Amino acid sequence: MAKEVVLMKGNEAIARAAIRIGVDGYFGYPITPQSEVLETLAEEKPWETTGMVVIQAESEVAAINMVYGGAGAGKMVMTSSSSPGVSLKQEGISYIAGAELPCLIVNVMRGGPGLGTIQPSQADYFQTVKGGGHGDYRLIALAPASVQEMADFVGLGFELAFKYRNPAIILADGVIGQMMEKVILPEQKKRLTDEEVLARCPWAATGKNKNRKPNIITSLELDPAEMEKRNINLQKKYAEIQENEVRFEEVECEDAEYLIVAFGSSARIAQKAMETARAEGIKVGLLRPITLWPFPSKAIAERAKQVKGILSVELNAGQMVEDVRLAVECKVPVEYFGRLGGIVPDPDEVVAALKEKLIK
Amino acid sequence: MKEEIIIAGFGGQGVLSMGKILAYSGLMEDKEVTWMPAYGPEQRGGTANVTVIVSDERISSPILSKYDTAIILNQPSLEKFESKVKTGGILIYDGYGIIDPPKRKDIKIFRIDAMDEANERGMAKTFNMIVLGGLLKLRPIVSIESVLKALKKTLPERHHKLIPMNEEAIRIGMDIIKEQ
Repeated sequence: MAKEVVLMKGNEAIARAAIRIGVDGYFGYPITPQSEVLETLAEEKPWETTGMVVIQAESEVAAINMVYGGAGAGKMVMTSSSSPGVSLKQEGISYIAGAELPCLIVNVMRGGPGLGTIQPSQADYFQTVKGGGHGDYRLIALAPASVQEMADFVGLGFELAFKYRNPAIILADGVIGQMMEKVILPEQKKRLTDEEVLARCPWAATGKNKNRKPNIITSLELDPAEMEKRNINLQKKYAEIQENEVRFEEVECEDAEYLIVAFGSSARIAQKAMETARAEGIKVGLLRPITLWPFPSKAIAERAKQVKGILSVELNAGQMVEDVRLAVECKVPVEYFGRLGGIVPDPDEVVAALKEKLIK
Repeated sequence: MKEEIIIAGFGGQGVLSMGKILAYSGLMEDKEVTWMPAYGPEQRGGTANVTVIVSDERISSPILSKYDTAIILNQPSLEKFESKVKTGGILIYDGYGIIDPPKRKDIKIFRIDAMDEANERGMAKTFNMIVLGGLLKLRPIVSIESVLKALKKTLPERHHKLIPMNEEAIRIGMDIIKEQ
């Protein structure tokens, strides 16, 4: 049977994909521009069909700690919010990373700092890839650029989270969350049974069992020598993720003399700018990081050998550009263009920035 | 084929839903579509707009600098978007409440008095479908059959009895649109 193509918002795609891949629990708190995630789940009532638990928690802090609990039991659990709400979740995220538990977090970014605005932004890049919470931890960060990827990355996020026992995050923004596009949703799957959960997660805290030692979920280790060992193991895991899980997309890079690096909605706008520039005879290519961590540093360094300059386009004051510069090691000029605080540039502004900052 | 459209007016006029029906109709014809609303706290009475792109090919940016067609339903939107129509493009506006009509010479300007027509006929709720009819007369981006299919798909079952009235509205729009 041909798969059904449907039209929906990015936020709705997240919710529907979560039900279909058999997520066990969603815990959230409403905030624009991601409220449709919780709204769609409430409308769909998956607790009556797949048995998925959906709870509107009393706060973002409660929601992330419900995720911590569910993840400790080996369940597929997730939360979603937007920037100020995700800031509130940071303590819990650090604990989950420290306890090495899998879960999925969704951030549909809006303009900050503070309560900011409800309009789209990508200013939580640093928060997502450089920490956010305390301690030496990393999140596997996926940046969708379409409604289809919003749906697909729910499954991919959980797959990676369980593979590495590490929280994964979908870093979207108000554009991707609010726009409607065509999407093919994943097939409906059953949630895992308790036996299947135990088989997948022998580390899970699932109640007393005489046949094994107790499983203890904690991020606390008062002996610094032991804590250092834990950290070293975490770093080994992160190195493995960096080795295996980098994802990116290249568009018209083969003959490019200039390169735009952009993720999420910025990449969509930049691609249109690229089309306009190419129509004028400027050979521009686009490299779109799909994983923001691990970052596609090698791919960017490789393209730097070929191009005269690189423009990082972001809806922030220049955050990812730092990682692009680290990757390029000053071999070619790396410039930044972006708009701030919820303003989204149109493609012509990107073309103008390209000419002004790189081509001159 | 690629049509880049902005629909702009007051919140509550059915701007977003008109865009949605257009996008769904594109979907019915297996076209690529994006529907990008300017979402904000200023919904009712304020300005609302949506960018709809219908294309045979994959769509890059859902946000645009210039539009092939602008559908303008109030004065503030006219001021904001008249300059953003591509040269040779189309601007359609409803004369209701417009005190300073569009003036550009390098685009084609059409007027559709859908608000008056809808009120006179007691069809206020189908106002946006009259406008959509006007658009489809000038730019047959999708067929009427696809629009009706889209309505059937998006409207809840209990509202399917309203589909013939919407079809009538589309045909009225096709009749009453005229070049300025």
